[in-house]
Order: sequence, then structure tokens, then C-alpha cells
Amino acid sequence: MRRITHFIYNQKAAPYIFVLPFVLTFLVFFVYPVFTTIRMSFQEILPGMITNVGLKNYQRLLGDRIFRTAVSNSFEYMFWTVLILIPMPLALAYMLNSRSMAAPGLFKGILFLPILTSVVVAGTIFRLIFGELPGSFMNTVRAFFGLAPIKWLRQEGTGMAALVIMCCWRWTGVNILYYLAALKNIPPEMYESAEIDGANAWQKFRHISVPLVKPTIIYVLTISIYGGLAMFTESYMLWAGNNSPRNIGLTIVGYLYRQGWEQNRMGFASAVGLVLLVFASIINFIQLRLTGVLGKEGD
Amino acid sequence: MKRSVLSALVLALVFCLATAGAVSAATKVTLWTFIPQHARFFDVMAEKWNAQHPDRQIELESSVLPYDDMHNKLQIALQSGVGAPDICDIEISRFPNFLMGVPQLLPLNDYFAPYLDDIVPSRLGIYSKGANMYGAPTHVGATVAFYYVELLESAGIDYRQIKTWDDFAEAGRKLKQVHPDKFMGIAETSAAWTVTAMLAQQGTDLVSEDERPLINTPEMLRAVTTMQNMVKEGIMTTCPDGQPDTEGGKGFIDQGNVACVIMPLWFMSRFVDEMPSMNGKIAIAPVPVFEEGMPRSLGLGGTGTVVTNYAVDKDLVGEFVAYAKLSEDANRMIWEDLGFDPCNTSLWTDREMTHNPENRYNQYFLNNAFDVLLEIKDEIQMVRSTSISPTINQYLTTVMLNELFEDLLDPAEVIEQAQYDIENQIF
Repeated sequence: MRRITHFIYNQKAAPYIFVLPFVLTFLVFFVYPVFTTIRMSFQEILPGMITNVGLKNYQRLLGDRIFRTAVSNSFEYMFWTVLILIPMPLALAYMLNSRSMAAPGLFKGILFLPILTSVVVAGTIFRLIFGELPGSFMNTVRAFFGLAPIKWLRQEGTGMAALVIMCCWRWTGVNILYYLAALKNIPPEMYESAEIDGANAWQKFRHISVPLVKPTIIYVLTISIYGGLAMFTESYMLWAGNNSPRNIGLTIVGYLYRQGWEQNRMGFASAVGLVLLVFASIINFIQLRLTGVLGKEGD
Repeated sequence: MKRSVLSALVLALVFCLATAGAVSAATKVTLWTFIPQHARFFDVMAEKWNAQHPDRQIELESSVLPYDDMHNKLQIALQSGVGAPDICDIEISRFPNFLMGVPQLLPLNDYFAPYLDDIVPSRLGIYSKGANMYGAPTHVGATVAFYYVELLESAGIDYRQIKTWDDFAEAGRKLKQVHPDKFMGIAETSAAWTVTAMLAQQGTDLVSEDERPLINTPEMLRAVTTMQNMVKEGIMTTCPDGQPDTEGGKGFIDQGNVACVIMPLWFMSRFVDEMPSMNGKIAIAPVPVFEEGMPRSLGLGGTGTVVTNYAVDKDLVGEFVAYAKLSEDANRMIWEDLGFDPCNTSLWTDREMTHNPENRYNQYFLNNAFDVLLEIKDEIQMVRSTSISPTINQYLTTVMLNELFEDLLDPAEVIEQAQYDIENQIF
């Protein structure tokens, strides 16, 4: 008994005990799958028949036009979502945080609501909004301006736009929440002293708010990059399946799903997954390096 | 006192459990399908089975899952060896995936044997690997043309005179003069019904006997060029959601936009269930061909019912599946309840069944489906289904047909690129 109490109160062991749940889940649900995926990417996997094929899966990936489409779609999507979902929610959060804002709670609620809807429901609704018949919502809007109806989800530009719009609709509220939490932590005295020095609203935002919420911006950027590259469900729901015309909505994960599940090529799908992991890691590494989060001590 | 109450309760409980056990002497059999009508069908067949086999009762537990979910779940279950159902409906385009490697499915040859004489052999072939039959077919899926007679007549067209694709195009031009906003047919972009039918007419398929993709062939060029020309002329059109068997497609047809839909016969059930405005306006006829004398039909679509290796009582389940899908009882039900062309073709001449005026499918259409079926019976070709078929279908229905009928790119270049892309994914 004494031993146990001794162990519990042991200051050396405590930190390890506290991080143990994380380390265990990390090992079981991340490290182990990553290593099995690496192994599987060199194999051809069928029930009762697993053969080593060396680099064949990667060779095929290199010459694969559809994989390149998937990669470019994922990157394009990531680019737009990062471009919009980093600055816009920050500006909105700043406005919501401002003392002169009327009914901030109401607007917070409205902006946060979309994330509570399931992506399946949202995707279905957006599919109807962007329907190709003249009666669909977006075509009615076009008709109002005297424009002819278009096939939104059959053309590259409009298809991507639909995806990005849906993403912004869903995630703006969440990012606002992150930013609001960071903005609330800025002591009001700083703004007050800036005001005394004659700073205007823009200067206060630019020189006080932005530098102080920078860690949050970096966090949001990191998860947005990963989220953009790993997007799948939105596209799957918008096109009611993994098959969009000319693959305009196909993403890297969509391609992984197609190869692994729809065509039963788990080994090839593993190679696709690893390429995604490498892309996301490289971009985030560069980004964290540039923003000074990584390698600070060395500099 | 308390004690006696307690013991009475325990006794009652034991009694309940004992009787419950006696009642459920039936073997529990789990079934997955992605079509609600199929689940209903199997429930009825299970009742019939139980009535005929009092000593071998089954208790069927059927679950209807979404298409993708069901196939994915089954694939994981069979790969990992945990959680597979006893019986499962597998859609034809996914079926080859389950035959890869060592199939984790039960060969059903012994159970099918009593019924084989009456069943179209090629429909069993598509669900087989080597000599082993793994799946019980549901229907033949003979491709036919569904004509919207009222619309055609208003343009002075007699659908019975349409024999070739040239006739079809000519009729389309006539239709355009009277109804500039209507179309003669649909060029599918998210399914390959018409293209595959046109290939079969010329004696080829999407895949060769030695499992190589056949995309950049003269026959394919002829098929897609014919269709693309009709799209350019406004005779054919692409439709919402890319093909007739979708929400958008059915809506498009139900609004009376097209004069002809080329689909497998099972599309009848979609008309009856989901296109009420067309009631009493549709006639069934053979599909036009390039040259008269070419085979006018081909079996498309379908589901194979399999028994997994994890079925508890394999003999019971195997015999039940054979009975539920291949017996004469089953084949009657397949027509009467589901509205499909049964694989037991001897029933096609049973006028009592086929011309039953009470049948809701007979009531909906202007002519009798079996009259057409008997006319084309010996011409019905069969598709080849191989391990590369899912890849080919997938490419055609996302990329190739869109490039041809939406973007109107040069057919020769498109099929060349398609051949290359598909080969790259396969080899």
C-alpha cells in the first residue's frame, strides 16, 4: 500500500503518468498504422494472398494522370481555404470582440451554427443549392441577374468554388472561436495605452492584435493546411459519391478511398496515403519554420 | 416471504427463457443488402422456405445498408475475418473485387445444381471464378428501349419503325422540328449503358477474354462517334446526374424531356415506382442497332447473392440462397414483386404469369415486356466481368464519357488517352 502511495506522490513518475494516455493512443493509433502502411505500400494485398511487389505501387503512382488531378485538386482546395479561412475569421472575430459591436452573442451563435450540422446533411443541401436544373437555388440567383443556368457541379471552376464555399460556411465559426479566445486574452490596457498614443483602429489591429494572436494564427494555419489536403467527406457528399465528372472533385483521400475500397488495391492505396502524409508534413514543416515555431532555439 | 417472492420470480424468468429458447430453435441467418426491395423479397422467401421446411427453420435478419457502406464493410469483414454476414447482395460492378485473391465466399455449385437446367448460364458465369459459382443472379437485365409514344406520335414518328441508329437519328431530327426543346435520347456520362450495348451489337466488350481493357478499338470509336454526333446535333443530350437511373435522371424523364431511354429491363420498376407521370405512355421495344441482324440486346447490371465463408450453418444457408434466388417460386417473385426479367427463361413463356392483367408492371406499360423479351431472347449478349472491370467502368463514367459528351472532345484522342490511363492503373 505504502509503495503505491509512494509511487503516486513520486514527482519523477508523475509527468510520465500524465502523458501516458496520449503516448499510448499516439502509439496505437498513429505510429503503428504509419508503420503498417509503409509496409503495405510495398505489397499487393488480397484476402489470403499478400505478395511483396517492391516499388511497383510507387512507380504506378508516378505515371498516374488521375493521381495528379487528385493532388492538384487537393492543393487548390487547400490554397483557397487557407487564403480565406485565415484572415476572414480573424477580421470577424476582431469585430465581434469590439465593444461597439451590437449583439455579439447572437452573431457568434449564427456563425458557429454550421459546424454543428453534420457534413452529410450540409453536403446534400449544398448539392441541391448548386443543382444544374434551372430551378436550383444558385441558378435562380443567376436568373435574377439575367444569366443562363449553368451546370455548377460539372465544371472545374464552379465545382471547386462550391467546395470552397461549403468549407468556408462550415469552418468560419470555428476559426472565429479560436481567434476570439486569443483576442480575449489580450489585456485591454494595451489598447488603452495605444489609444493615448493616438493609434487608430487599424493600427491597433495591425500592431497589437495580430502579433498577440500569432500563435493562434499559426495553429489555425497548421490545421487548415492538413484539413485542406485531407478533405474527403465534403467532396463525397457534394457529388453524392466519390465519382465527380472528370474527377473535378477528386481529392488525394478520395483517390485513396477509390483505390483501396472501390477497387480493392490496399497496397496502392497505402502508397497514396503515404504521399499525402509526406506532402502535409513538408508543407507544415516549411510553414512552421517560416513562422518561427520550429528551430527557434537554433536561430 | 421475501424469499419466496424472489424464488417465484427466478422460476418465472427461467420458464420464460426456456420457452423463448424453444421458439427460436430456428437458425439465425444474417443478410446484408443495399436495396430495400431485395430485403423485403428475401423476407418473403424466408417465410416460404420455413413453410416448406418445418424441421429446418431459419430466422432471417436482414439489414439494408447504403451502397458504399455495405460493400466497404463487407470487404473489411472478409479481409479481416471478423463481422461478415451469412448472406450478402453484391452489386455486379463490385463483384470482381470479392473474387480477387482467395475468395472468402462459399462456392455454391452443389446447392445450385438442382436448378441449373432452367437458368441462363451466362448470368451465373459473371459471378464465378474458375469452375466455382459464388453468386446467385437476380435477373437477366436485358437491355431494351423505352419509348415515350405520345411524344413520338405528336411528331409523326412510329417507334416500331426504328430499327437502326440511322433510323433513330432520323426520328430525332423529325422530333426536333416539332419539339425543339425535346430530345430523342440520353447520352450517359455517369454510366455506360448505351455505349456497352453498342459494343455488344458489334460483338465486342470493354474487356478482352485475357482481361485486357478494350477501349481504343474501332468498335468503340464507332459507338462513341455515333453518340457524340447525335449530341452535337441536339438529338441526344446529357442529363442531370449523368444517367437515367439517378434522382436527376428520373426527374428529367418524368418531365417528358426524352422520347427514348435505353436501359436494362429492370428499369421498368423505376418507371412504375418513381415516374408516375409516364404511366400508360411508355412502350418497350428492342434497342436500335448499327446494321440490321446485329444482336439487339445485352444483359446489364445486377446483384449476385453470396454466402460468406463465415456462415454458421453453410449447408442450410447455401440451400436457402439457391431456393430464394433460383427456384421457380423465386423467379416468379422476381418478376411479380421486383419487376425484373427472371433468369429462369422457361417462365418467359408462361402466359399466365407474364400477361397477368393484375400485375402493376403490365398495367403501367403500353405493351407486354415479355413479348419483347421473347423476340430478342436469342440475341441477348452478356458482358464480361473481370478483376479490371471496376477500374474500367470507373474511368468511363467519370472521365471518358464526360470528355466525349459534355466537352465534345475528339473521340479518337479521348479513347486513346483512356486506354493509356486505364492500363496504367491496372498493370
